[in-house]
Amino acid sequence: MNLATREMTGAAAEASMLGRLALVPDLSGALYLPDERTLVVADLHLEKGSAYAARGVLLPPYDSAATLALLGAAIARYQPARVIALGDSFHDRGAEARIDDSCLASLRALQAGRDWLWISGNHDPQISAAMGGTVLDELEISGVALRHEPSHAAMLPEIAGHLHPAAKVRMRGRALRRRCFVLSATRCVMPAMGAYAGGLNVRDAAFRPLFGLGLCAHILGDGRLFRIDQRLLLPD
Amino acid sequence: MDAVASPLPPAFSAWFASRGWNVRPHQLALLEEARAGRSTLLVAPTGAGKTLAGFLPSLVELTERGGVRDGLHTLYVSPLKALAVDIARNLGAPIREMGLSVKVETRTGDTSPAKRARQIERPPDILLTTPEQLALLVSHRDAKPFFASLRRVVLDELHALVTSKRGDLLSLDLARLRGLAPKMSAVGLSATVREPADLQAYLGGSGTPSGLVTVQGGAKAQIGIMATSRRLPLAGHITAHAVDDIYAAIRAHRLTLVFVNTRMQAEFMFQALWRVNEETLPIALHHGSLDVGQRRKVEAAMAAGKLKAVVCTATLDLGIDWGDVDLVINVGAPKGASRLMQRIGRSNHRMDEPSQALLVPSNRFELLECRAALDAVAEAAQDTPEPRIGALDVLAQHVLGVACSDGFEPDALYREVLTASPYADLNRADFDAVVDFVATGGYALKSYERFAKLRRGKDGLYRASNAQTIQQYRMNVGTIVESTMLKVRLGRSRPARPGGQQMLSRGGRVLGELEEYFAETMTPGDTFIFAGEVLRFEGIVENEVVCSRTAAGTDPKIPSYAGGKFPLSTFLAARVRTILATPKEWAKLPDEVSSWLHAQRLKSRLPKPGELLVESFPRTGRFFLVAYPFEGRLAHQTLGMLLTRRLERARLKPLGFVCNDYGIAVWTLGDMAAAIARGALSLDELFSQDMLGDDLEEWLAESALMKRTFRSCAVIGGLIERRFPGQEKSGRQVTISTDLVYDVLRRHQPDHVLLRAARADAATGLLDIGRLGQMLTRISGRIVHQPLDHVSPLSVSVMLEIGREAVSGEAADEILAEAEASMLEEAMA
Repeated sequence: MNLATREMTGAAAEASMLGRLALVPDLSGALYLPDERTLVVADLHLEKGSAYAARGVLLPPYDSAATLALLGAAIARYQPARVIALGDSFHDRGAEARIDDSCLASLRALQAGRDWLWISGNHDPQISAAMGGTVLDELEISGVALRHEPSHAAMLPEIAGHLHPAAKVRMRGRALRRRCFVLSATRCVMPAMGAYAGGLNVRDAAFRPLFGLGLCAHILGDGRLFRIDQRLLLPD
Repeated sequence: MDAVASPLPPAFSAWFASRGWNVRPHQLALLEEARAGRSTLLVAPTGAGKTLAGFLPSLVELTERGGVRDGLHTLYVSPLKALAVDIARNLGAPIREMGLSVKVETRTGDTSPAKRARQIERPPDILLTTPEQLALLVSHRDAKPFFASLRRVVLDELHALVTSKRGDLLSLDLARLRGLAPKMSAVGLSATVREPADLQAYLGGSGTPSGLVTVQGGAKAQIGIMATSRRLPLAGHITAHAVDDIYAAIRAHRLTLVFVNTRMQAEFMFQALWRVNEETLPIALHHGSLDVGQRRKVEAAMAAGKLKAVVCTATLDLGIDWGDVDLVINVGAPKGASRLMQRIGRSNHRMDEPSQALLVPSNRFELLECRAALDAVAEAAQDTPEPRIGALDVLAQHVLGVACSDGFEPDALYREVLTASPYADLNRADFDAVVDFVATGGYALKSYERFAKLRRGKDGLYRASNAQTIQQYRMNVGTIVESTMLKVRLGRSRPARPGGQQMLSRGGRVLGELEEYFAETMTPGDTFIFAGEVLRFEGIVENEVVCSRTAAGTDPKIPSYAGGKFPLSTFLAARVRTILATPKEWAKLPDEVSSWLHAQRLKSRLPKPGELLVESFPRTGRFFLVAYPFEGRLAHQTLGMLLTRRLERARLKPLGFVCNDYGIAVWTLGDMAAAIARGALSLDELFSQDMLGDDLEEWLAESALMKRTFRSCAVIGGLIERRFPGQEKSGRQVTISTDLVYDVLRRHQPDHVLLRAARADAATGLLDIGRLGQMLTRISGRIVHQPLDHVSPLSVSVMLEIGREAVSGEAADEILAEAEASMLEEAMA
């Protein structure tokens, strides 16, 4: 077995286990933890559209509905007992006031019958009780830390969001840039789920200290996820 | 002395006499029209004294006024900033020499804020500007007093202005001016066009067309196809075979303009000419991506007669009088007869001397196209495009502009907009949708009422709701959304630490700008030609492409991309098809080309007029289908995307396609000819018009071209802000977010006004869907299939595009799957 094969199969093993925790990356950008019957999502950025509108950029006000629909589909697929939103669930402090009744009703319907945890992020340091669920700063499950911002000094393996990873690949002269999960033996950084959330290239300096020993990207395609080794990932 | 009253004031008559000139009849005609307050279109070939004719009435009126300043008298609008500056210089001479008290100033993006403010307060008599600056003036809060005195608008190069969204914007501002300055009349200056009536309607307003003064062409141009000593290639666009002959022609003339169709071709030709330039003739390079300072130097050297030749792109297309050009060489296919005429007009700026021009085709198809263009020019046939239907995103920008000045009452503004000829057929519902979009985003399911950009006052007028909105409008004005450009800077790559990112040092000279999408196709180490030298691509840092110089003799690895920016015109395409179908026409062609066509007739067949020839043959384990619609690269590209979808559905496993301006080749793993023979595949169905239904919709959802089109509409319509240098690190954030906005909007409100604007653009722009539609109608029921054992003479020219630029469809998953698989292959190797 040559080096490349070991690296690749190694990456495959890492992709499914983080410490003792089994992970199933989903095409929606959500991460399912089957042993815990838990669905993790990151960076929903609800009401980002209306935040822009307040500043005079009248983006289509359909982003919250689109994001919640995507989340709803993932919940319908896995029927989790618990949902954890890894921070930046709301784009800004005013989001709770701006979100409309129908989106709020969708959110309530998704929350019904299951545990709902909001991990706070830099965009939403405070989340009011009106949004339902429980608010936490971070959480540990089976020896894995779940927090918004990846921690450079993490002692435990961790699942985080915040960075909005995106990967760029080029084949046959065509470049493609898509959201992705970034995985290593000790860390999973999740893609942003928000309809208007931008992406940061995984080759950006921000990822370097977190993935010193290499990474594997699980890129969100149209029909399935694609696992691409870091050597094929291009900078912007 | 003779007592016939001259229509000119004495100073003018004396000035004409001192130069040994007579006032030309069309100059007098324009004077008379202006005195009667009528708008007029002047159609004249280059060298007819158009500019002077346009300004003469203003100069006379201002002189008769006796030097009394009474606000702005004449506004001149040109498509190029450089042209406005050039005209200011040219107008200065007669004003000085006649001792007139007339003040002329320019107002462009380069004019200082202090001078702009002063110009509003104390306007010159004549102001020279661009459509964008005019839009800013019209939306100024002092627009009413500023334009009250305006008597004349002179629109230069009108034929060039009206064919784009800039023309839409200008038509709306013109409509506004007719209201603000009731005594204003307009003069349009235009090269020869097919339908002057379209321009007359544009100039005078819908329903009140302007008058027309036509100057017949001077001496007929002497145009020929350059005979080359080396063989004309079957394909390719670099024209390397003709370099020696082009050099010989340059040597034999005073000043030669070598026009090419793309920047990359310009770079290649410049390099190639210098390689054979044993006499070190002063040959310069001029294209839009070069640093402005560099371009100005070339222009100055040209005007001063210090150059022997300039290799240039369309940046020198418009009517700037740079020097004593006595030969125009057009390298590559002309793509349109009118464009060719205008380029040829660059030589011999005197009407009575014939222009000299040579066409240099790059390949055999291009030779057919050159032949067709020559015939068209001989018949003075024009292929000016159809008049535009005004774009809704441009209207949105205008509506916001009007709201930023005095405010508007919707009924009145609607009536005014209808007088702009591109918007003559705008229905009220669309107008209201645009106003609604500008005010609150135009979203059906939810309203941004509280963030409205326009509010209706008690007086019933809509006005911009706050200073921020006005600021946004002023920063965003204009319709030119450049593809994101990156500066090209010399620098060095330092060796990377293991596992770390490579370090790039900058600090070298800026050489010019490159399109971001081109930069993205390169990986560090690739070499390419730019600014006349071969550079090594080191990487992209922030918004700059960092490059290093290469050792002399390095070959560029990244080839010039195929073809030009402009697709073959419909008009020339029809003529090329006719030549193909008429063997007796072949006598006019060089032997190598006519024998190529004879071989095609023998080994395969040639389509009759109106037919679409489709050939099929196996080759290297794949099955090829080659069709010759002659509808231009853009329409063929869209056709290719849609054909591969259909072949996929027919389980024929398409692998890719290539196209050029003339034809398209698709290849599959499945045997298409066999499928046709057993009735499993019908060419009539494959090429049926219903591909423009669901297949198109599905493709548009993911098409990068469509997303680019949408982005441009979103910027023009004012949904998102245009980027400004230094404001953002790169265009990426904007590009990404408009793609996301496109996805969301398409799903939630597919009939939104911006999506409609983007669709309208797609019909004529990058996707050329309109032309594809016409072609499918034209060939319906007239497809002839020729199964072959091997590649045909005609198809070689299309097949040779393979490897140059293969398109594999745009499905994201195919690309990702290939990346995934390539890793696996590597692992198993």
